[in-house]
Amino acid sequence: MFPMQAPFAPVSGLSSPRCNVPVDSMQSPTHPEALINKLVLSNLAHRPVRTVLSVLAIAVEVTMILTLVGVSYGTLDGTARRARGVGADIMIRPPGSSIIGLSTAPISDSLVRVVAQLPHVALATGTAIQPLSGFDSITGLDLDAFSRMSGGFNYLQGGPFKTDQDMLVDEYYAKEKKLRVGDKVELINHEWNVAGIFESGKLARICVRLPVLQELMGNSHRLSQIYVKADSEANVQQVLQELRAKLPGYPIYTMEEFTSLLSINSVGMLRSFIGVVIGVAVTVGFIVVFMAMYTAVLERTREIGILKAVGASSGFILNLLVRETLLLSLIGAVVGILLTYVTQWLMQYTVPASLNQETVYSWWPIAGAIAVGGALLGVIVPAIRAVKQDATEALSYE
Amino acid sequence: MSEQPIIKVQDLYKTYRAGDVDVHALQGANLEVEKGEFVSVVGASGSGKSTLFNVLGALTSPTSGVVSIAGNNLESLSGPQRAALRKKTVGFVFQKYNLLPTLTAEDNIRIVQYIGGRGRTFSPAFLAILDILGIVDRMKHKPRALSGGQQQRVAIARALVNEPSILLADEPTGNLDSQNTTAVLELLRRLNRDLGQTILMITHDQDAAAYGGRTIRMRDGQIVD
Repeated sequence: MFPMQAPFAPVSGLSSPRCNVPVDSMQSPTHPEALINKLVLSNLAHRPVRTVLSVLAIAVEVTMILTLVGVSYGTLDGTARRARGVGADIMIRPPGSSIIGLSTAPISDSLVRVVAQLPHVALATGTAIQPLSGFDSITGLDLDAFSRMSGGFNYLQGGPFKTDQDMLVDEYYAKEKKLRVGDKVELINHEWNVAGIFESGKLARICVRLPVLQELMGNSHRLSQIYVKADSEANVQQVLQELRAKLPGYPIYTMEEFTSLLSINSVGMLRSFIGVVIGVAVTVGFIVVFMAMYTAVLERTREIGILKAVGASSGFILNLLVRETLLLSLIGAVVGILLTYVTQWLMQYTVPASLNQETVYSWWPIAGAIAVGGALLGVIVPAIRAVKQDATEALSYE
Repeated sequence: MSEQPIIKVQDLYKTYRAGDVDVHALQGANLEVEKGEFVSVVGASGSGKSTLFNVLGALTSPTSGVVSIAGNNLESLSGPQRAALRKKTVGFVFQKYNLLPTLTAEDNIRIVQYIGGRGRTFSPAFLAILDILGIVDRMKHKPRALSGGQQQRVAIARALVNEPSILLADEPTGNLDSQNTTAVLELLRRLNRDLGQTILMITHDQDAAAYGGRTIRMRDGQIVD
């Protein structure tokens, strides 16, 4: 302990005059956590470009995950919403077809008549689907039967088919392709006339007359799926059992079953794809943080040497680096979440019919945890290097 | 019965590798420093002064020999125990100041106080030291806003905040102009004379060495007188 001897005379020869600030002003206590956080923040602020780039890279990682998940949910939910909009109780799909697969037309349209004659079946109608490029498809339908089942389209412009060349499109497809009633559209080597633009949410985005599409597909009298409406809700299960007995091998769902199956977990390929994207995202986060923290440790070799010289433990140095990494990744996660609104806006205004990105709040903490996890993996090697650094060598580092 | 020397070095050797060459920096050095002494260690470049500083500060291990610092035999200490010695028993002042550039002068001192586990407020004794050092009005500034002399005074304050038994200074005036050199050396002398602080100062400057109460010389890794 220092023996107290007062008062001390000013020291002569100082390059600045003895201070006039009362020594008591130094008595305010400093919380240790605040001090460490200040060191962490000042370190990040000391290299703003590197900090911003690291945050952005982590943000892109988070955005990538959330956008993919959002588009997956949006696409599946959109499909489910349009399926519910048909107003059917039961859906019959071709044998061997997947839940979201865009089938061609392997079902004979004579099956519609067979189904329609079953007890408690009020209505049955079939559609043919021809996949187009990207996520689009064109659907052929019997508009009268469809209207009886669903209540019909709500037309925003124009109206129903008048000729075989007529096509109906939903508002999003019209917006994406900048279509108005009367416009001509070339699809599957055929020129169509836009007869009506309807409110989205029923069956499909592009509809034409069923026989015309069947002919163009080279699949006359063939259907992609059949929608069935029971005479009352109480009889839906009975009709379902009857159909399953009569049509073994055909996937037959109630609309509730079908829409509940439209989830990421029940679409194996989508789940795997998301897994791959998450893997790529974690790798990107790992590499970015590894590079950022490795150069940070290299740049701060001398500072780490100073801390070691004054007795800082390995745990203290690790604590600093982990806090820096956590802060980078948390800020990156927040920025990434905000960026998903940008991608959502971009999709909504550029490809509203093709891609619909939902905001999936339940994935925010998951994407954040993935970003933090990748970042913490990335700091391991730089942290080990920092902890193992020889203090005397570090102090002589220029 | 006389007190044990606060620094005791017996038959100290230190060899390190520089590229493909073995450098024998210390070759049988012996030294005793009593509590409250101000000892200057002088010698030409390459004489082993800085290596001695690093060994005494538990920054590096000797190749062989016995080093006792405030009753602690360094060779028996683990890594964490050596770190504990550095934060509680030994204070360092370096030629290049070695302040953390992103923190203010005050926070440079407080972070070392925190590492040393000395609480959240400065002791009255330390406030008196700050008063001597004349840097209270510069405490909110970062190192780049301070002159070399001011930085070195902050470094001295930092070295003393945990009230170490020994202050080790390695060429503390090596980067200072003559006016600040005189001021810093005068401060060290005052700290020793008025507060009884044990100081071991490495220097190549004979005039600086004269501020110490005793001067020892090193040559070829040995203490010669």
